[in-house]
Amino acid sequence: MTMKVFVPGDSAARSVGADAVARAIRAEAARRDASVDLVRNGSRGLYWLEPLVEVATEQGRVAYGPVSASDVPSLFDAGFLRGEEHVLSHGLTDSISYLANQERLTFARVGVVDPLSIADYRAYGGLRGLERALAIEPASVISEVTESGLRGRGGAAFPAGIKWKTVHDTQASQKYIACNADEGDSGTFADRMLMEGDPFLLIEGMVIAGLATGATEGYIYLRAEYPDAYRVLTEAIRVAYEERLLGDDILGTGNRFHLHLRLAAGAYICGEETSMLESLEGKRGEIRYKPPLPAIEGLFGKPTVVNNVLTLAAVPLILDRGAAYYAGFGTGRSRGTQPLQLAGNVARGGLFEKAFGLTLRELIHDWGGGTATGRSVRAVQVGGPLGAYVPHWQLDTPLDYEALAERDAMLGHGGVVVFDDSVDMAKMARYAMEFCAIESCGKCTPCRMGSVRGVEVIDRVVGDQDRDKNLVLLEDLCDTMIHGSLCAMGGLTPYPVLSALRHFPEDFEPREGAGGGAGGDERRRAGGALRVVS
Amino acid sequence: MKTSETASAPAAWDPERARAVIREHKELPGALLPVLHAVRDTFGYVAPEAVPLVAEELNLSRAEVHGVLTFYHLFRQSKPGRHEVWICRAEACQAMNGDGVAEHASQRLGTDFHGTSEDGRYSLEPVYCLGNCALAPAAMIDGRLHGRLDAARLDELIAELEENG
Repeated sequence: MTMKVFVPGDSAARSVGADAVARAIRAEAARRDASVDLVRNGSRGLYWLEPLVEVATEQGRVAYGPVSASDVPSLFDAGFLRGEEHVLSHGLTDSISYLANQERLTFARVGVVDPLSIADYRAYGGLRGLERALAIEPASVISEVTESGLRGRGGAAFPAGIKWKTVHDTQASQKYIACNADEGDSGTFADRMLMEGDPFLLIEGMVIAGLATGATEGYIYLRAEYPDAYRVLTEAIRVAYEERLLGDDILGTGNRFHLHLRLAAGAYICGEETSMLESLEGKRGEIRYKPPLPAIEGLFGKPTVVNNVLTLAAVPLILDRGAAYYAGFGTGRSRGTQPLQLAGNVARGGLFEKAFGLTLRELIHDWGGGTATGRSVRAVQVGGPLGAYVPHWQLDTPLDYEALAERDAMLGHGGVVVFDDSVDMAKMARYAMEFCAIESCGKCTPCRMGSVRGVEVIDRVVGDQDRDKNLVLLEDLCDTMIHGSLCAMGGLTPYPVLSALRHFPEDFEPREGAGGGAGGDERRRAGGALRVVS
Repeated sequence: MKTSETASAPAAWDPERARAVIREHKELPGALLPVLHAVRDTFGYVAPEAVPLVAEELNLSRAEVHGVLTFYHLFRQSKPGRHEVWICRAEACQAMNGDGVAEHASQRLGTDFHGTSEDGRYSLEPVYCLGNCALAPAAMIDGRLHGRLDAARLDELIAELEENG
């Protein structure tokens, strides 16, 4: 009897040895004459257990992890092909509490299916959203998305339905759907996981967006740091053309939608929507003034829906199950689910998709198991490099758009990076400015110059040069950047800086003498020696 | 960057080959990025000699091509070492002693960031997030992602490179 074994082909799982495990299982199976059908699935997002090997049994899939290639003979000895006990066994995958307590709407198939099998995709509910979208009027598709309460998951949280309606209502000879897959925020990997683990979902979402708005061309702007996602998407698009999910006759209905995959080239700013459009047009990724909105004048000057991967990937389910189903999850004006990404110094890092409303404490302590180092949590950066640092005494903040905004923080793309009590917050504040200096597109002065000056001013504060004056200057500089920058890069960089300063002023004490509350002078020196801005 | 781990070694600079590569992509809408990627993939970098060719084929000024080329971190303009080592310097990796890994990499490979070791073996680049933040610290070596790094693991990976030439 052939047993089905799953070893993730997800790049993060591969980064800790999944390929070697897959090879070892094949070799061991051959040696023992066992018949094994090995599937390279996506990751379940339980990254501390990767490589997570699963075996399909009559009771369901049984999980083992983290497996290394050297564990494979003992897994065979223990009878893992029948789901038997082993020291690495976690029982039924679906019963692992981290997974069982999630509400996986967008990530329902990720880690479950063979990412490139259209048969799997259909068997697990794929294409039902598209079929419904093809059966109803474009305007009804848009109302469905609007009523679901879906807001842009890239970070700006703009209501998706309203954006789509603007593109729909704008007359033009050509319209575009541009998917922002330039997932540059540190602490985020949900787009990558989804593209590697369920690429047809993104394609289906983009086709639906095209049908709804009248766009017949789509672009995925993918960061070049994701070569595995590039490979999977390239193949998925090829299959989608073959299966007529893409092309001139979508599912035999005569509707058209063509999809192109484009690689970014390592500029963080190109995650800003207008920079991304410039880049897609073959230009420097300098941001554009708004208005005009991209929905009216976007890619190549035409009306364009610019949505994040997760926004587009949420759409098929909304069409399939209806707006009310999706809106039934969440809290206040944050409807649906948010794929949160738990990262950094955390014991059980991974993807945690849940209805809005979970608190940081629940996420980090109940599900994440606290820090990886076993020390106490000191600060958490939510929402990427432009997101504020939330201090440990504010961990009861719910992870929804409004609750975070009330605390001058933001959800962004849902990345949560945990730091233990050895973190030096002045160093993190300096890094925020340094990162902005490296990645600023240079179009506006507050961002281009402000970030460079910000690094210098923080160095002076910490170096005890006119400390009080420089603290005033830092606040003033941040104020200028917030109010004077053209886009979120310069406008939000001050948030991590100011939050670090407000919550952890002791770290900004002069370095000689008492030192900062966090200690770590050696790390500071190491950080200084490795400065990347000269 | 290499978009495939099995990509063949970069070719030596050859203007005819460059022109052919450029022509393959020049008809795409907004062709400049795909063209520069193709040149980079073929030769390992975008040589100064490529700029006038790209400009001519795409009917752009050299200044326009130069402007785009220099805007993006990944379009390197000098010949890379035999192996490209990218170390993530972003927050999630910093939270897991990424700075220590970075410092070790710099010492072990014998080059600063943005540099190439004297023997031409390694180029070391900072990168800002590889999407492996739950398995930090992370690095990408020749297009292959690695996670849960520390100095010892990095040494193992480098030893593997040295075994394979």
